[in-house]
Amino acid sequence: MSNRAKLFIPGFFFVSMLGLLLFGLFRDPNLLPSALVNRPLPEFSRPDLFDETAVITSDMLKGGVFLVNVWATWCPPCHVEHPYLVEISEREPDITFVGVNYKDDPKLAREFLDERGNPFKHSLVDADGHLGIDLGIAGAPETFLVDATGTIRYRHVGVIDNKIWDEVFEPILEQIK
Amino acid sequence: MKNFHVACLLLLLALVVRPAVAAIEELEFSSPEQEERYLNLIDEMRCPKCLNANLSGSDAPIAADLRAEIHAQITAGNSDDEIIEFMTARYGDFIMYRPPLNIGTALLWFGPLVLLLAGFVVIRRMLAASSSSASTSENLSAEERKHLDQLLAETPLATTPLTKTKDQP
Repeated sequence: MSNRAKLFIPGFFFVSMLGLLLFGLFRDPNLLPSALVNRPLPEFSRPDLFDETAVITSDMLKGGVFLVNVWATWCPPCHVEHPYLVEISEREPDITFVGVNYKDDPKLAREFLDERGNPFKHSLVDADGHLGIDLGIAGAPETFLVDATGTIRYRHVGVIDNKIWDEVFEPILEQIK
Repeated sequence: MKNFHVACLLLLLALVVRPAVAAIEELEFSSPEQEERYLNLIDEMRCPKCLNANLSGSDAPIAADLRAEIHAQITAGNSDDEIIEFMTARYGDFIMYRPPLNIGTALLWFGPLVLLLAGFVVIRRMLAASSSSASTSENLSAEERKHLDQLLAETPLATTPLTKTKDQP
């Protein structure tokens, strides 16, 4: 290597470091890689929110695309998200919406869904939050897209609205279907 | 005025006490060794909600749930490795404050060492280059030396007036 070329080495390091730091600066530090993406949906068996003698199991959620939404009435962002979920569930009849009522009062949850519309075909009760831990959630709302083979394909942390649905969920659904 | 002082004191106390309170839960262990393992694990694991707090220092509901989970698993007789596997299967390596050594984290673990060694190599080469360039005047061929002498004989005349003009106001 000629001496002239050597002079560019510190500059090269500087620029690549700068690039790395800039990249880090514009990344959302709250976006965590999910350990469960491309892994099977954990097995579970939980009471039905509307009929607590009935049980919903993970085996019932097979063969088709599922959207599993973890929510609670105590979670303000879930209130924001709810009307969008109702609207999207009407627009997307091919996707089965499943609600996981997370560490909530079932009575309040039933009232909430009766009053504001129920986007979920199945609603299950996760009273102690263990299903939440199995799903690796950090809070509510969180949403999982499950494909026909029962594999989790995407995890969304936070509120879903029309924009996020169109920009984030639609492209993934294209791949899954 | 006295009330004000008491209020200030309480406020100060609240600030001091709060972080410690996060991890205090009434838990029962069958041995002090189990309790130590529990305290160690909740220190080593990160709260998935707050990112920059460990499970022991976090007030988030999920951190409380995970502490309860760790406690339940310890009292059920699970080993530390089993608990760590349980957690990383759900939350990824991210939940460990100390990232495990694998291909993805090798750069993180060894990157600084490699840079340090590279720095030493560069400094050594720079020192070697400067010492060898200092000795080059002794490695001249007869013809080069003659040329150098000639140049040296010319330059004092050229440089002296230059420095002089510089000193003039």
